[in-house]
Amino acid sequence: MGYHCVVLVKQVPDTKRITGQAMNEDGTVNRAALPAIFNPEDLNALEMALEIKDNHGGSVTVITMGLPTAADMLREALYRGADRAVLITDRRCAASDTLATSYILSCGVRKLNPDIVLCGRQAIDGDTAQVGPQTAEKLGLPQVTYVEHILKLDGTTLVARRNLGNGWQEVKTALPALLTVVDSANEPRAPRALRLMKYKAAQCRIEIEAMAKDDPSVDVEAMCKMLDDKGLLIHQWDLDYLGADLQWCGRDGSPTKVHRIQSVVLTAKEAKDIEPTQSGIDAMVHELIVDHTIG
Amino acid sequence: MIEVNKQGEVWIFAEQHAGKLEEVPVELMSKGRELADKLNVPLAAVLLGSQVADQCERLGHYGADKVYLAEHPLLEHYQTGSYAKIICGLIEKYKPQIVLYGASPCGRDLAPRVASTMRAGLTADCTDLQIGSHEIKKTGQVFDNLLLQIRPAFGGNIIATIINYDRWPQMATVREGVMPMPTPNVSKKAQVVKETVHLSQDDLAIEILAEHRQQRKVNLKASRVIVAGGAGVGSKDNFKLIWDLAHCLGAAPGATRAAVDLGFIDRDHQIGQTGTTVRPILYVAAGISGAIQHQAGMSESQKIIAINNDPEAPIFSIAHYKVVGDLMQVIPMMIKAIKEKV
Repeated sequence: MGYHCVVLVKQVPDTKRITGQAMNEDGTVNRAALPAIFNPEDLNALEMALEIKDNHGGSVTVITMGLPTAADMLREALYRGADRAVLITDRRCAASDTLATSYILSCGVRKLNPDIVLCGRQAIDGDTAQVGPQTAEKLGLPQVTYVEHILKLDGTTLVARRNLGNGWQEVKTALPALLTVVDSANEPRAPRALRLMKYKAAQCRIEIEAMAKDDPSVDVEAMCKMLDDKGLLIHQWDLDYLGADLQWCGRDGSPTKVHRIQSVVLTAKEAKDIEPTQSGIDAMVHELIVDHTIG
Repeated sequence: MIEVNKQGEVWIFAEQHAGKLEEVPVELMSKGRELADKLNVPLAAVLLGSQVADQCERLGHYGADKVYLAEHPLLEHYQTGSYAKIICGLIEKYKPQIVLYGASPCGRDLAPRVASTMRAGLTADCTDLQIGSHEIKKTGQVFDNLLLQIRPAFGGNIIATIINYDRWPQMATVREGVMPMPTPNVSKKAQVVKETVHLSQDDLAIEILAEHRQQRKVNLKASRVIVAGGAGVGSKDNFKLIWDLAHCLGAAPGATRAAVDLGFIDRDHQIGQTGTTVRPILYVAAGISGAIQHQAGMSESQKIIAINNDPEAPIFSIAHYKVVGDLMQVIPMMIKAIKEKV
């Protein structure tokens, strides 16, 4: 029988490994200089979907909302084992907050008719952990957050273990359902060489159109069809194709607005230099005892 | 979605487990009180559960003017669907202007579900909340008395202030440990508003088969003094020095994510963006370079001693006492000085 798993993925700036090149002189981070990566916990979600396919059969579709450059991440998902990739890209998606994003994603997921929807618990650029639950609500699906293991799948129900930080919980729910997956769930498999050879040719329409601009001999429609026949087309959907209600998309669909952004600047405070000698340390400890910090 | 309602109350979701209030809604009470006073509206707690009425009194002591109490046998164990249904119903009925949740695993599961149903804004993991105004530059339109929802983003590299001026309620989850615990006032009583609850098995999409909660091995949030080690400590053996210094200061041992990942110490001790947030009186950072993710969890410490052999380590930029040197030598000196009460 098998399960159709749909994995929600996001391309994010690598906020965890900020190198000197991405630092401005004033001590703030130059966000544009950060490399774009596959959101780490979305890789755990993809791995969980691939394990379901390995154990029970079925297929895995990855879907993202993002800029055309997110096609790189979708190709990576194909190298790792996904069967199909969908890119929702549309200028009218810009400035979407988590609510608008989940609405748009839910329109896409509905077209895919999944048995199980999976996504990472949170993305490292915002760390909100909101898009999973909000997408579940928009789809009217039960949500199981912080999933570490799927313990049982019997066609109509699922038993999963949730990691609650200070303990765990085993829950059962009917399918379809949406799971958010934590990083302790698994070790994502690496891209496979054979798949890489095959899927490096995978492209989405906007990339083919860019090629056609440089090379007039490229026939966009013919190329899309050829790639689709070979299973190499990254499906590209816009809001019209999704039939999305524009009042719930982008800036208009986003109740939260940014009031202000401040860069964190690492500034020096009043500080005392302490000599790493016994007398230096003694003086420091003495001061802390006198002002009742310790002792 | 509810209309903008300037008379609306400030609400706090009173998360409880096994009939006992969690710490995070109590932490939220002092901030909630401050916001409600600024807006000149009542502060209310929203308490859901089965046989939890005895917790209303404590909520009053911590500053709630009112408690909306929703009791039902099916609310005994938290689950998303049933709790979200009750809270959405209460929001539609009473139209609060602000609803706050702890950014606990439960709050982060519940709040987005409620926000999506209400089509309301939600800001995750706030570290501060204020009341302020916002001007739309293009039109010159000004909105007064909005909830300014302040949070780190981009891995802690920026601080974003988020607002929602047109679709209410204004909702936020608030990080555990960032708001100080209020002092209870036992003479203060909250008005208890009992709600009638209609729930059936159909409202429970989840069946809880088993659950295990473990006590944390260390209570970092309650510690006055914390001695923390990072990757620079070098090994699990060397980490014994951190334990020794902590022991002699009556402090809790903490660690960076790097030190935990290297296996020097258990994950319960992790401080930082993905661990616990602490605000002790004294924080000793040994062999910690001071990555922004770690600073996010300890920069509010009243005094910071940094010990590192790299004078360029970012931790020194927030330290009050800078010791450039080898922690293997400096820590024994500290232990000696403390024991001798110099």
